[in-house]
Amino acid sequence: MSVKLTEEMLTALPDNRGHFGAFGGRFVSETLMDSLMILEKEYLRLKKDPEFQAKFDKDLADYVGRPSPLYFAERLTRETGGAQIWLKREDLNHTGAHKVNNTIGQALLASFLGKKRIIAETGAGQHGVATATVCARLGLECHVFMGAEDVQRQSLNVYRMKLLGAQVHAVESGTRTLKDAMNDAMRDWVTYVDETFYIIGTVAGPHPYPLLVRDFQSVIGRETRSQSLEKTGKLPDALVACVGGGSNAIGMFYPFLTDESVQLYGVEAGGLGIETGQHAAPLCAGRPGVLHGNRTYLMEDENGQIAGTHSVSAGLDYPGVGPEHSWLKDIGRANYVSVTDDEALEAFRMLTLVEGIMPALETAHAVAYAVKLAATMDKDQMVVINISGRGDKDIHTVAQLDGIEL
Amino acid sequence: MSRIEGVLKTLKGQGRKALIPFITAGDPHPDETVGLMHTMVDAGVDIIELGVPFSDPMADGPVIQLACERALKHGTSLRRVLAIVREFRETNDTTPVVLMGYLNPIEAMGYETFADAAVEAGVDGVLTVDLPPEEADDVAPLFSQRGLDPVFLLAPTTTDERIRAIADHSSGYVYYVSFNGVTGAARINVDEVAAKVAHIHELTALPVGVGFGIRDAETAAAVGRVSDGVIVGSVLVDTIAKNQADIEALKRALTDLLNPMREALDSLAS
Repeated sequence: MSVKLTEEMLTALPDNRGHFGAFGGRFVSETLMDSLMILEKEYLRLKKDPEFQAKFDKDLADYVGRPSPLYFAERLTRETGGAQIWLKREDLNHTGAHKVNNTIGQALLASFLGKKRIIAETGAGQHGVATATVCARLGLECHVFMGAEDVQRQSLNVYRMKLLGAQVHAVESGTRTLKDAMNDAMRDWVTYVDETFYIIGTVAGPHPYPLLVRDFQSVIGRETRSQSLEKTGKLPDALVACVGGGSNAIGMFYPFLTDESVQLYGVEAGGLGIETGQHAAPLCAGRPGVLHGNRTYLMEDENGQIAGTHSVSAGLDYPGVGPEHSWLKDIGRANYVSVTDDEALEAFRMLTLVEGIMPALETAHAVAYAVKLAATMDKDQMVVINISGRGDKDIHTVAQLDGIEL
Repeated sequence: MSRIEGVLKTLKGQGRKALIPFITAGDPHPDETVGLMHTMVDAGVDIIELGVPFSDPMADGPVIQLACERALKHGTSLRRVLAIVREFRETNDTTPVVLMGYLNPIEAMGYETFADAAVEAGVDGVLTVDLPPEEADDVAPLFSQRGLDPVFLLAPTTTDERIRAIADHSSGYVYYVSFNGVTGAARINVDEVAAKVAHIHELTALPVGVGFGIRDAETAAAVGRVSDGVIVGSVLVDTIAKNQADIEALKRALTDLLNPMREALDSLAS
């Protein structure tokens, strides 16, 4: 089933309580409600403020280095033997991933709101680094919450954050991964709500976060759209992006939602295989529930307890997903699929060897699926992969899997 | 009149304040919870808030997080919590029980199924920390219809407009969170609480219970002086954690904590 989306339908979403159809909303304890309502009101005002938008655009150009290139992966295309594969190079952004698009936007919001203390959660550390970076630049106090297990497997990013002046709080509770980092960030937020701005790293959380993070990340899709028209004279036939919380995917998809001819593929972490239960693929194998401020697809047990997740990539190791993705799934506009740890690792190696581009392990999930997809398509068709981040941070993980001590 | 309303009305008539303990169901083991509830009733409590364990208790500090982990390790599902209340009701038909927790376990069970099962088990009220009234347009009336009091939180950050809206959705009592923070922190400022609770009393006729930061007879009395009841959680849960290996010692320790609070509150009686 697929619904033809129009501009009118899209501008009506989310509704004034943050709902995308049955998903989204604002499920938080009372202490945070006033702050969220102020944030919503201020954001909706600033969204239309030319001064705010001009500042944002200028930072994206001069500090992040946008626009990021749309690159034709000629050798990968030849090896695959199907559709043309193009890469949207978010890995070339300052700090090495798409995350900075959003932290620039939210830090700007924080300064308009007069907040001097910033908190953030992080999984792989990319969002933590991107947050610490903008805080260093603006002279803001920065606290990053990171699951203790992720602190171990992403030690390089932990050190980067410390160099940037951030305090990194290792979270020992629960499963010691991204969801627990988000729990502790919310606990900090509720404690220091008056002086703190919470820079959420993905399109999840309570309204208005899914809306504003999507808006800040949509620069990816807008550029892809115009670059594609400029370079090939047409729109892509398919877009492929990895989905943890889903910010790089929604940023890529959103400007194409009304272009019916463009197929959208969100790739979740299949871990050891969906059938093993050891994965992080709520859209493929979960059901709707409420966590971290919004209603969305979740991985949970029959009693509504959130399930442990597994993925080789810390950034996808999350039991929920942004509510707009849940909505896009239910209306049939986007397809959500999964690839396993092994497939992602193979794609990591392939893109590195064939194109000289080392993707993040998160991104490698998108690469793995896109290669399979392109092989089934005609040679005159075009697939764009969102290369959401670079893989330097993952070298230790990959080496370890190879049995190599660095 | 609901059991909660009845108890609070009687107390008010006597010029007394409600003592409302919180413990996490299933901690240290689901087989022990009913016994602990009876112990607390014997120590003079008026209403029991029973925590429904959740894997991701975002509004709770470390003490209650660990209680949730202990309870979940022993399989304390929402259904098991309802069975605990049913067993408690076999020998206690008077002490109101309020379930306090997070939305997802209820959502997973299904709202109607839960409401029916809760009423059948003898639950009196439901407080869902992450369900603000904006998202409760269907749920609160459903609970009310079945005879469950929906209890909502008020916070220092709650505006007057929201206090009115929240009171409209609530019955039984409203729960005022005494400071910005998680459970178990020690940030209470009694003067601020007094001012805010007095203001809440101007905006709603509902009784106001105050929780977060009440650790002993002294804080209980200070907060009891300005509210209709005090909610005591983390200090009890911490006592459970420390005495989990010896249930009889645990019961004595809970009694030793609650008795002075009861006395301190009753010494306020006019």
